[in-house]
Amino acid sequence: MVEASAYTDKVMEHFFNPRNVGEIEDPDGVGRVGNPVCGDVMKMEIKVKDGRIADIKFMTFGCGAAIATSSIVTEMVKGKTLEEAMAVDNRQVASALGGLPPAKLHCSNLAADALHKAIEDYRSRAKPAG
Amino acid sequence: MREVYLDHAATTPVHPEVAEVVHAHLVDAYGNPSSLHRFGRRARSAVEQARERVARALAAEPEEIVFTSGGTEADNLAIRGVARRAGSGHIITSQIEHHAVLHTCEALETEGFAVTYLPVDAQGRVKPEDVAAAIREDTILVSIMAANNEVGTIEPLAAIGAICRRRGVLLHSDAVQAFGQLPLDVGALNVDLMSISAHKVYGPKGIGALYVRRGIRLTPLMYGGGHERRRRPGTENVPGIVGLGMATEIALRELPDRPQAMAAVRDQLIRGIGETIPDVVLNGDPVDRLPNNVNFCFRYVEGESILLALDSKGIAASSGSACTSGALEPSHVLVAMGLPHDLAQGSVRFSVGRGTTAGDIDYVLGVLGPAIDRLRKMSPLYAERAGGGPRAGGTSLEG
Repeated sequence: MVEASAYTDKVMEHFFNPRNVGEIEDPDGVGRVGNPVCGDVMKMEIKVKDGRIADIKFMTFGCGAAIATSSIVTEMVKGKTLEEAMAVDNRQVASALGGLPPAKLHCSNLAADALHKAIEDYRSRAKPAG
Repeated sequence: MREVYLDHAATTPVHPEVAEVVHAHLVDAYGNPSSLHRFGRRARSAVEQARERVARALAAEPEEIVFTSGGTEADNLAIRGVARRAGSGHIITSQIEHHAVLHTCEALETEGFAVTYLPVDAQGRVKPEDVAAAIREDTILVSIMAANNEVGTIEPLAAIGAICRRRGVLLHSDAVQAFGQLPLDVGALNVDLMSISAHKVYGPKGIGALYVRRGIRLTPLMYGGGHERRRRPGTENVPGIVGLGMATEIALRELPDRPQAMAAVRDQLIRGIGETIPDVVLNGDPVDRLPNNVNFCFRYVEGESILLALDSKGIAASSGSACTSGALEPSHVLVAMGLPHDLAQGSVRFSVGRGTTAGDIDYVLGVLGPAIDRLRKMSPLYAERAGGGPRAGGTSLEG
């Protein structure tokens, strides 16, 4: 490995061993952010049980930071209540990874947004059904 | 871990023979070429020998070679030098030039010069007829690269040179990537100014040269002593200059065979990627391309993540896209060639060198396929691609 990477070891560890990759069959909520033109697309799917995130999976097209942030956010919120998960923001995700290069803080740090969208999607589905 | 360096278009290792003469001129022949004494004369003679070597490689005269700090300064000196001498006027360049040319032209626009940025075709080639059509009465300079640094496409410089000569317009060419890989004859090409750099041809960093056809007057970028015939002041970078001279000599010596050998390795990689990885697009001209350049887009995955995966296995390559403030910018070259932004995000350039072996390519192919596969399995775009199932390769390699 190269000695001085722009990324922390934690980013690289999540990039090479991402947690919770994939799709959930029949998810309770789906959140998707970014677009391919900008170089990043993240999709989060959640399964909710008793007000908690029982399962979460992601799919990401993007750079190392995009993949690592997606991976770590799934770890951070799995088992948490929806309220706790909604409180996780992109800055916390970046610091959980030991920081990100400045250029990556905006475009590639959307994982929490994708998660919030998935929760909102779950809530909007839940309402009309009662 | 095995290491395979496939980023020779970024820079090359210094050739041992070059390192030897650089060292000798750092510690032994250290005189100032402007000094009258024997120490100075020794340094002067080394500088002039290097100048002759560079001139010979371009079929130019020694007094037409100006040593600079590298390709960027050579581009600046050529374009700014001509523009400032003229005072006003119109410049023609292309959308796929190196930033050393593009940003210099953009800066001149703020000083009142008009600039036309010519489009290119899908292979990244400037059409000579577009150059002819863009020339105006007040056109003072055309600047078109000899070969593109990202996609390796060789530009039709001779045809463009003939047009410029006929119309009486000066032609500059950034030949930083072509130098040492293609024969370059400034007379036959009708090129008036040509930029080269040492570190792309196994020479040291920080040294390059500008060929300036006899009779062309340039306003210098800097003021100081009368060095380099008043075109570039400052005590000569003697170790760098002799390093450039030696690197040029070696490149010239090897020009009959080395490029073909490199092209064979290049084609092994191009073929291998095409045969083992679906949904790829070869960027640049499949035939008229630099012998060292391989550039592919890998659909549904992003370039940097490919580079990280390769780097973890000791393989060095580069990506055209760059993270700037707030957005990932795809390569301006691929965008000019008409590639959609999402596809352009997944481009990787592999540039082989004189030390690259067939075994190196086998190793790279063994790593690359699984790496792309792993990233695609993570990619929502791959999961959602049209058809859903595995698809055949993208653009045909022959296309």
